[in-house]
Amino acid sequence: MKYIDEFRNGDLARGLAARIASEVRDDRDYRLMEFCGGHTHAIFRHGVQDLMPDKVRFIHGPGCPVCVLPVARIDCAIRLAETPGVTLCSYGDMLRVPGSKRRSLIKVQAEGGDVRMVYSLRDALRIARANPERQVVFFAIGFETTTPPTALALLEAEAEGLANFSVFCNHVLTPAAIQHILESPDLREMDSVRIDGFLGPSHVSSVIGSRPYEFFAEEFQRPVVIAGFEPLDVMQATLMLIRQINEGRHEVENQYRRVVTRDGNVKATSLVAEVFELRPSFEWRGLGEVPYSALRIRERFAAFDAERRFTLDVGKGRDVKGCACPAILRGTATPRDCKLFGTVCTPDNPMGSCMVSSEGSCAAYWTYGRFRGRASEVAA
Amino acid sequence: MCLAVPARVTALDRATASATVSLGGVQKDISVALLDSVDVDDYVLVHVGYALNRISAEEARITLELMAEAGLPTDGEAYA
Amino acid sequence: MSARFPVRLDARRGVVDMTHGGGGRAMAQLIQEMFVRHFDNELLRKGNDQAAFDVGAGRLVMSTDGHVVSPIFFPGGDIGSLAVHGTINDVAMAGARPLYLSAGFILEQGLPLADLERVVASMAEACRRAGVPVVTGDTKVVERGKGDGVFITTTGIGVVPDGIDISGDLARPGDAVLVSGVVGNHGVAILSERENLRFETSIVSDSAALHELVATMIEAVPDIHCLRDPTRGGLATALNELSLQSGVGMRIDEAAIPLLPEVASACELLGLDPLYVANEGKLVAICPGHRADRLLAAMRSHPLGRDAAIIGSVVEDAQGFVQMRTSFGGERIVDWLAGEQLPRIC
Repeated sequence: MKYIDEFRNGDLARGLAARIASEVRDDRDYRLMEFCGGHTHAIFRHGVQDLMPDKVRFIHGPGCPVCVLPVARIDCAIRLAETPGVTLCSYGDMLRVPGSKRRSLIKVQAEGGDVRMVYSLRDALRIARANPERQVVFFAIGFETTTPPTALALLEAEAEGLANFSVFCNHVLTPAAIQHILESPDLREMDSVRIDGFLGPSHVSSVIGSRPYEFFAEEFQRPVVIAGFEPLDVMQATLMLIRQINEGRHEVENQYRRVVTRDGNVKATSLVAEVFELRPSFEWRGLGEVPYSALRIRERFAAFDAERRFTLDVGKGRDVKGCACPAILRGTATPRDCKLFGTVCTPDNPMGSCMVSSEGSCAAYWTYGRFRGRASEVAA
Repeated sequence: MCLAVPARVTALDRATASATVSLGGVQKDISVALLDSVDVDDYVLVHVGYALNRISAEEARITLELMAEAGLPTDGEAYA
Repeated sequence: MSARFPVRLDARRGVVDMTHGGGGRAMAQLIQEMFVRHFDNELLRKGNDQAAFDVGAGRLVMSTDGHVVSPIFFPGGDIGSLAVHGTINDVAMAGARPLYLSAGFILEQGLPLADLERVVASMAEACRRAGVPVVTGDTKVVERGKGDGVFITTTGIGVVPDGIDISGDLARPGDAVLVSGVVGNHGVAILSERENLRFETSIVSDSAALHELVATMIEAVPDIHCLRDPTRGGLATALNELSLQSGVGMRIDEAAIPLLPEVASACELLGLDPLYVANEGKLVAICPGHRADRLLAAMRSHPLGRDAAIIGSVVEDAQGFVQMRTSFGGERIVDWLAGEQLPRIC
């Protein structure tokens, strides 16, 4: 697979691993947050941390749109799916996420609700056209990578007058989340949760460009290296971060130059701006209310806004007692710190979003990494 | 987040902003409405059925070169 | 017994209706003109509710499977051939020679007889090729909406020669782990037919009867410890099952696992891990370490084992982890599947 296999090459990996080992300083460690859940997944799936010296630690960030969606919003989607006459279309990722009372979309489907998994919005539009008597609602989630397709779909629905189609919009923004983390009091007060640098998201950046990160690098004096998705990209970006940290620099560097430019995909961002506007505030699971961090559908497209078409009472969703997702998402706790991890909460029986999402910290840790913890416990 | 894969454009329909892409022999119909310009044989990044960006072959080559260089011991250095 | 039916079954345009399960003339005709006609063997032609036969020396092996796959027709097979191969394989995984099959059908009212005929003909062909006949069966019809077209339950019996003891709890530290060929084909073929995923691929299901491959393997290495076919949940699930049953762990090598590039691509596209994707014509074998090369050669000498490979070894591990060295050079565990693997976008 072109542009995939070359960036998983084991020989290049060994070379980079040796280089990283030779450049880490003896007198410090390096705590690098990979913001994006896709990076978490890639790191665990390929075992990237095994090629890193112990001094280099990856802190898993909240860049998992499934993980950060508050329970209350999931409850809304579930209520929509339970509404007679509604066909709820959703990406596969959301189907098993537990809302309040452990309900989920897949449970609604099992009970006879019309919940359809789709790979693409184009499929949701097709379903709407083929079933004019049904109310087809698309459960939109995702960061800036996933938002442009939703914008296109709404434009298409408007042009066609596809009256039975609507979108339940939960799109969120990366820079706002990064800022919120960097401003967190935990971060300022506790050295143990200090973050020395960021691995910037690959595909969000391909859309928004590298420019938006320049503010953070400057304001918070932390280096940001935008990294590609493949394990070699992660390693090269890690090397670049280590160098910046060693040299006391805090710049935005772009490791993923084959896709990311400073300006990003201007056509995509313009389309998004045409269709969506900023919500003054949005609740993120784990981060609380974050200002200007999410999008809602503009007035012009009100007819296709599920929040306006249906009375959705966004109540207060309840996290399961003891679930540490909030702290884990902020990077201030690890899965092993959670009382429920591995006992009550497992991938088969997820209590919170960090476990049910394939790239949530808990799921990744459980699926790929928990043998490490045991090994070091045994050794201790 | 954002699972996106590189795929080669094998057919284009500019009127509908659609394309057929191939990833290692698997063919899929996608939208190219988010791209300014695209040609057959270009490689694009595909996410949820939409091409988000073109992939620069030149930049990919440079990246791999940089990786290989970074992996070499410089004169007089020994790996820890 | 031969009941004569004045009007032939309209297999082209007819559909299954409630009378076909009612026990009367219509059902007798369906059995005669559809099932007996295609499966066509002496035992079935007798027309009894059971089949009586002798079995040779050795231990009897029995296995049963319900088949509910949807869609019922997919690239490389259908629910019928899948059922025949699946049950033959389950019997063969004990090292047994499969002898006979039974087939129970639950038909949904409204199922086109043309579709049923296609499935039954396919089963009959699979039986003929494998040399394992369907000798008894059953038919029921359920109301529209209460069945997914057709459900098939197949039971198989076979005989294990004396001296052969193959079981999932016999894996021991130091054993070698082998797989008979490329993984993930079946699951990808099924997904490519599912609505809302829509991708084109030349990948077809690998559905096949493995009993002759198994016979070749046992002849070369009679002291094989375990055989398992990695169906639902893929290779990863089979390895975890065996580890659990035997109370051991495994260490496998990602680079050694045979995988077609196109299957790898389809999985990348959908965000699936090929280790968890179903197979219907593959097996995992565990044998004493020093017998691995001999077993590999035997497997590769058979058309269904051409791409066989040694993928790892069995180790002591109280936690029962299946650990994998990634192609990249790192380590990860290959865990049990949680729920169903769904395509993802994140």
